[in-house]
Parts: sequence; C-alpha cells; structure tokens
Amino acid sequence: MTETAPPGTTAGGALPEFPLARECPYQPPSAYTELRTAGPVSQVSVFGAQEAWLVTGYTEARALLADPRVSSDRTHPNFPLPVPGLAKQRRESGPLLGPDVEELLSTLIGADQPEHNRQRRMLIPSFTVKRINTLRPGIQRIVDDRLAAMLDSGPPADLVADFALPVPSMVICELLGVPYTDHEFFEEQSRRRLDPGTMLDAVDQLWRYLDELIQRKETDRGTGLLDELITDRLTTGELDRPELIAFALILLIAGHDTTANMIALGTLTLLEYPDRLAALRANPDLLTGTIEEQLRYLSIVSALPRVATEDIEIGGELIRGGDGVLIALVAANRDGALVDRPDEFEVERSGRAHIAFGYGVHQCLGQNLARAELEIAFRALIDRVPTLRLAVAADALHAKPGLLSGLTALPVTW
Amino acid sequence: MRITADSDVCIGAGQCVLTLPSVFDQSDEGTVVLLKTEPDADEEKRAREAVRLCPSGAITIEDD
Repeated sequence: MTETAPPGTTAGGALPEFPLARECPYQPPSAYTELRTAGPVSQVSVFGAQEAWLVTGYTEARALLADPRVSSDRTHPNFPLPVPGLAKQRRESGPLLGPDVEELLSTLIGADQPEHNRQRRMLIPSFTVKRINTLRPGIQRIVDDRLAAMLDSGPPADLVADFALPVPSMVICELLGVPYTDHEFFEEQSRRRLDPGTMLDAVDQLWRYLDELIQRKETDRGTGLLDELITDRLTTGELDRPELIAFALILLIAGHDTTANMIALGTLTLLEYPDRLAALRANPDLLTGTIEEQLRYLSIVSALPRVATEDIEIGGELIRGGDGVLIALVAANRDGALVDRPDEFEVERSGRAHIAFGYGVHQCLGQNLARAELEIAFRALIDRVPTLRLAVAADALHAKPGLLSGLTALPVTW
Repeated sequence: MRITADSDVCIGAGQCVLTLPSVFDQSDEGTVVLLKTEPDADEEKRAREAVRLCPSGAITIEDD
C-alpha cells in the first residue's frame, strides 16, 4: 500500500468500510458518489479486516477488468473475498471446503489465463447469440405459463415467488438438464449461499446434489448442457469430474439468482417511473434499450473482486502487486464518463457500454441469455398486465442483503 | 477501414454480433467470424462501437 494517507481517509486513518450498504434496493449507496468525487481509485477496508482498492471510475474499472496484471485467483492469500472472515479463516486453517469442492475456487470465475479460456471455450457454443435465439420459444412458453399461473392465483401475488424467480430457474434447468422438480432444494441452497453463516454448507450440499446428478447422467444420458459436456468433454478426459461439477454449480447459481433479481427490480423500477413505463407501452421498440438502461441503473452485482499480480498505476494511485482490488460496477455505471445525467433512469437511452455484466475475459457468459429472458418477461408483463401496480408502499419492500442486489418479495396487484 | 479479428483472443461474448450482424458472426465454436473485412461507409460507426464493446480486445480496426 502507499505510504502517504490515501484520499478519503480520516485524520485517524480509518478507511471507509466495504461493503457499502444500499439505502434503497435500486440505488447505489450514496457513499460511492462521494468516493468517486475524491478519485476514481480509493482505499476501503473490507469488513474491517483487510484493505483493498475500490475502483469507482468507469474508465478505470474497464481498464482494470481488461488488464492481464489483474487476477481472479480466489486462492491468492490477499484476494478480497467479500465474505467476512473467510479469507482469514482460509489462511489460518487451510481449505474450507472438501478437496474436490475447493476446485470451485479455481474454476471459470476464479481461473486466470490460459486456463480460463480453456474452460470457457467448452461452454461458449451453448451461449452464442444464435443458440440463445433458438431458446426463445422455450423461454416464451415458460414465461406464458408462469404469468398465467400468477394471474389465475391472484390478485394479489408476490412477483418474486410467482414469476421473477421461477422463470430463470426453469430456463437454466432446461438448459443444463437439471430436473426442475428439485428446484426448491437448489433455490433454498442458493439463498443460503448468499448468507455468510450458511454459505459453506450450502455450497457443499449443492456440490453433492450435482455430483449425484452427473453420476446418474453418466449411465442415463439426457439432453442438456450437462449431458453434452459428459459426452463431449468428460468421457474424452478434457474435463475431470470435479471440474464438471464446478461448471454445473456455477451455471446453476449464476443462471437464476441474477436474472430473478433483475426481473423483480426491473419491474419495480418501471412501476416507480410510470411515465417511463408509458413511453415503453407507446413504443415497444424501446424495450431493448430499456433493458440495457435497467442493467446500468440497477447494477445488481455491486462489485467484482480481484487481486493485482504486479504494480499498476491508475487513477492517480499506485496499486501494488498483491493488493486486493474491488471493481465497483454499481459506481462505475453511474459515472458521468459513461452517460449524461447518470443517476436518472431514462428508457430512450440504448447502449451496451455499461459494465453491469463486467468486462474483460470474464464478462458474463450468460449475458445474452439474460437479455432474452428479460425481454420476453418484461414484454409479457407490459402487454398482459396493463394495470400492474405495487400492492404495498415501495419503502415497505425489503432488499436482499449482500453484494447481489434483489428483493425478498414484490407484492403486486392488478 | 479494415477489420481484423482474432478468434483465439475472443471469449464469445457476441457483443460485436449484436452491434453489427452484417459484419460479425460467431463460428460453431462461438468465436468471432468476419463476414467482411471492409465495412461499408454506413457500417463504420457501428464497427468502431463493436471494437469498443468487445470485452477481450479480439477486434482491431485499421483506418486507411
């Protein structure tokens, strides 16, 4: 770390604490704006236990995410794992998970080049623009089905439980070849995974479930991405079992939590800005741009953790090799360097220059699947529930805790 | 304007395809394929946008 006191610190040297809490589920913590005004790169204390750099500037965030001197290796002793005590625990008592499950930390999200590309290439064909477009009719069926069920059961209804969560959950299950009948189990474990107290156990349980599922598929092959990977990569030896289970776990979790939160928060945003919703109703061609603006505005993944492997000069600071770095996507996406009036939600803006899906080689593998799901889900809600409105006051809604922004429930009526 | 694309660097994000499908496509492996190396005048602006959006730096542009 630098020897002079970094900007933004108090005379006593106390650093701002990360994570910064969101005061409102769909607004970034106001402290980010203050930090960015001081500089695009500043220092924070992660859960009061470890110092790291916080990057709030859009230009700097993109540059670092694409910089080969920035590593995603979660096993690095100074990696800023955004769970209190986890990094310390790992340093002191060694592996936290069983030896196979530790594989998870080095797979895909946690892999650097060239290993990262070797792994990602096995999955890319299933997530191309063309391939996602072939999934659209299936996504439409799931959306139609869930929406009809919700409308039949109410009013009122909980949009999260009845629509926002089941839709992406069913979509990823079909894509992977995971039986949807088990959805309550893995949705529960996904929820438990986001709570630091139950995280390790949840991961362990998901691991064992997927291990068993993959074993069944080895003798009884079905049609899903997991089955394809068994045939194309496991039997050839390109992937070993722990790697395949890790892929399955990452895709299962990444494939439903995030999109579910976007459907819920995106709906809330449209309901909170009725003039914007009206513009969208009057001109359906604005939907694609609206979704990009929602992705930017909400930035549900608040920050991406990294560790520098060499010294990097950026934003007027010197990040030393070995320093933890937190790329605050939620702050970068509200930087005036990206759009004018960045704190306003405007449907007329289009543009995929935001970094809600990240940037660099780890940019979200499922981003085009997410876009397709969001498009189909919002189109259905807008077209078929014209009188949709909140059933409670907006300030009665509860944000999910943690670094992934979402709502615990969204009571609606029509 | 001349475009080159490196499929080894490409990570299959497909943002180039969404930006300018008349110039960019994805192979069976999911990596970038150029449908032409010299875009028309009315494609040039979106070609530059594709370069900007590419997360891996797989696309480069040379202005003549």
